[in-house]
Amino acid sequence: MLSSAGFAKTWQYIQLFKEGLICTLSLSALTVVFGFILALIIALVRLSKVKPFDWLATAYVEVFRATPMLVQLFIVYYVIFANATLPTFKLFGFIRFERFLPGVVALSMNSGAYLSEIIRAGIQSIDVGQTEASRSLGLTGVQTMKNIILPQAIKNILPAIANEFVTIIKESSICYTIGVQEIMYAVNATKGATYRIAEPLIIATLVYFCLTFPTSKIIAFFERRMSRGDKR
Amino acid sequence: MATNAELIKVTDLCKYYKDGSLKALNGVSSTIDKGDVVVIIGPSGSGKSTFLRCLNLLEQPTSGSVVFNGIDITKKTYVNSEGKTVKLNIDEHRRSMGMVFQHFNLFPHMTVLDNMTLAPIKVKKMNKAEAEKKAKALLKRVGLEDRADAYPIQLSGGQKQRVAIVRALMMEPQVMLFDEPTSALDPEMVGEVLQVMAELANTGMTMVIVTHEMGFAREVGKRIIFMDGGKIVEEGTPQQIFGNPQSPRLKDFLKKVL
Repeated sequence: MLSSAGFAKTWQYIQLFKEGLICTLSLSALTVVFGFILALIIALVRLSKVKPFDWLATAYVEVFRATPMLVQLFIVYYVIFANATLPTFKLFGFIRFERFLPGVVALSMNSGAYLSEIIRAGIQSIDVGQTEASRSLGLTGVQTMKNIILPQAIKNILPAIANEFVTIIKESSICYTIGVQEIMYAVNATKGATYRIAEPLIIATLVYFCLTFPTSKIIAFFERRMSRGDKR
Repeated sequence: MATNAELIKVTDLCKYYKDGSLKALNGVSSTIDKGDVVVIIGPSGSGKSTFLRCLNLLEQPTSGSVVFNGIDITKKTYVNSEGKTVKLNIDEHRRSMGMVFQHFNLFPHMTVLDNMTLAPIKVKKMNKAEAEKKAKALLKRVGLEDRADAYPIQLSGGQKQRVAIVRALMMEPQVMLFDEPTSALDPEMVGEVLQVMAELANTGMTMVIVTHEMGFAREVGKRIIFMDGGKIVEEGTPQQIFGNPQSPRLKDFLKKVL
């Protein structure tokens, strides 16, 4: 199955993996940013108790959590973006934007649904006394959310958000099905050119591991730093 | 006290929970004048805390009115001095009412100094240096000048409550509301908090205090309100309430707590 000759052949296409790595990272980073913003909006809408909006946000979350990522990705790419003419420039000189953007949109929408539940739980876990103290000082509801509730809630849910980021890095591999040139796309391209599958997969595995493992460690470090106020 | 200006006037205040089956407040009326130190006593579940929390609308009363500086803050609008009907901004009124809670409710992610300067900076648009100067002066007043950079978790209960009191004072409120400020404290820390409150009363601050500390009520209170079953049962000077109680329920209560 594995052979040094196979690795040597695969190595000729290492440039594809480098590009795949950059693509996966860009895809994941953008997804985290947009997914988080979307999640925050959904969570706040659900907590606002304005009935029609609350109902819509709940429906959104439930639909996205109850359907496969692949189906969501295909609907976004083949249905929603079917008639959209996107600019066809290349990011970093190789990432095809018209495929990359639907990938980011689909991943963000999916991630937003999951993250919103995490954020909502985080906000609700903050003692109501915090809100009361803040409001009694004359801060508005928005100021209270921004200065008192969210900083504490986000600190509490940081491990869960980190987990979600790691999940996104892995899930972004699904975007190769719509031709986004991320790591799995490099595996497929190398397979087509070399007729080797095991070696490209091993390399992909290593790349993914090297991405996700340090990521979780780095976030754990910041989590410790942010918890200064919790220790004597 | 009769000559003093009226600050808060509460009329027929009711607060019902669970569609009216639970009546936390059942028609409470009272007036709090400037400089008054009102202590509210009564058994658990008598509506003391609910009454206090209705004063700054942390609880929305079911019916009745709370008139603060001539404006009914339970309504959505009020008529201003020019005779126009304008929208009531409850945040503006809360700024003038400091509140101290049983469980301190300091912001755990901020230092003592940041806890104190947050509202003045955000709400009153005070500049940071000025706010910090003021905060340090207040901390000095309560003997905590060396804890400005500590986080709340590094403080004892008594220290936390003293910080909570000066945090409220940063906004220069017209009245301070205390909701069982010593009930969550270890016994040896109760004194230091009561002392700060007594000093505050001596400066002429208007105070409304819900407490179980009868000795403090007798010493510092200018007026005592005894509540039971969501109503004011009896009110008067400490001498009247503790020395010559009239209603059987108050007599029974005092027998148990004194």
